[in-house]
Amino acid sequence: MSLKKIIFALGLIIAVSAAALIFFAHGLKYISVNVALLALGAVLMRQSAYFSDNFYQHASPQTFYPTAGRMIPWFAWLAVVFVIYGLYISFAIAPTDFQQGEAYRIIFVHVPAAWMSMVIYLAMAFWAGVGLALNSKLSAMMAQALAPTGAIFTLLALVTGSLWGKPMWGTYWVWDARLTSELILLFLYLGFMALQASIDEPRKADRAGALLALVGAVNIPIIYFSVKWWNTLHQGSSINMGAAPKMAATMFEGMILMALAFWMYTIAVALIRVRCIILERERNSGWVKELSLKDHA
Amino acid sequence: MALKARHKRFILIGIGLGLIGLAAMLILNAFQSNMVFFYTPTQAAQGDVPKNTSFRIGGLVEENSFKRGEDGLSVRFVITDTAKTVPVLYKGVLPDLFKEGKGVVAQGKLGEDGMFTASEVLAKHDENYMPPEAAEALKQAQTQSNTVVMPK
Repeated sequence: MSLKKIIFALGLIIAVSAAALIFFAHGLKYISVNVALLALGAVLMRQSAYFSDNFYQHASPQTFYPTAGRMIPWFAWLAVVFVIYGLYISFAIAPTDFQQGEAYRIIFVHVPAAWMSMVIYLAMAFWAGVGLALNSKLSAMMAQALAPTGAIFTLLALVTGSLWGKPMWGTYWVWDARLTSELILLFLYLGFMALQASIDEPRKADRAGALLALVGAVNIPIIYFSVKWWNTLHQGSSINMGAAPKMAATMFEGMILMALAFWMYTIAVALIRVRCIILERERNSGWVKELSLKDHA
Repeated sequence: MALKARHKRFILIGIGLGLIGLAAMLILNAFQSNMVFFYTPTQAAQGDVPKNTSFRIGGLVEENSFKRGEDGLSVRFVITDTAKTVPVLYKGVLPDLFKEGKGVVAQGKLGEDGMFTASEVLAKHDENYMPPEAAEALKQAQTQSNTVVMPK
């Protein structure tokens, strides 16, 4: 199975399932989400052209550097379009909430940011684990590239939640299980980054960081299920697998679009960052020297 | 069959993750009672709450239980978990979302007389979001079904 086929199939599955949703499950209820998913599917199918049939070839920084470069504009543009579309739905189309008034609109940033903070950590731990097991340089670089974006989304979720909490709950901060575990997540990201930065030898730094990332992954299910397992001030999830979302259709639409926009942003920024890391770490290799000569010519 | 080194590492990482998960589960289980952000009125009635010290109690504000005191600042209401109730006395500003029939968490001390004197009252929001019109329609549908006389 080649990477090319996997990415093409993934795009096809996303596009087809989006089209199926339009026609069968919800009619035109979530039309903008479907359009966005179709676009994402099409872009992924297009991306597959950048990969060769040889799976392991992409584990080499030298091959991945130009591939990542070609992918970045696609995801960056998707992020821009989704963000504009999502903000429009969130602030112009979605109705006012019956209890919270306009203040509820924080969820269009808060919830997607919180989702991303957890998803990015899992992706980071995954790449770190792969790097540890396969001893592959590129996976460790991917983990390193994801950490700052994850930290930013965690901080964003904490800050937006806190600003919402004051008028709604009556306090900026409480030490309940959800808030505390999310704060620990921020420290895990910062700890990962600090640990990697403090070790001079890259391969050693990768291994130490990977261990921390893997151990910290335990925190993710704790964050996610905290509102179920314990009494918390934070409310339960409005969106659950296998149940209708407990919110109006356009609110749900705005939130999903913003989440997709954050996804695209994350991919684009992580790829930009991983290219920088590749150049920095491979600066003594022939191909990077050649590249810099070409740029100066 | 000899395992390749990288497969061995994958298995070791898997076992390591499993063990860490297990350890976390045991620790969380042990701390179960300390991880609770608030106690319920039922726990208060059974005496499962900290004595002589401040703790939080959470539930719904009972319908028609809210009364404002003479001084205009102190309020009284009843927190219920639909099984047991706890009367609460509080002096201070209430959050926007404080409402009868909605979730609330109060921090304070439980007196000998069973009265809970709160130093802080927080609103606990639920996970439902809908436009005001939809909420109104839901309410109307509910009152209508309540006023229908059941056939005997």
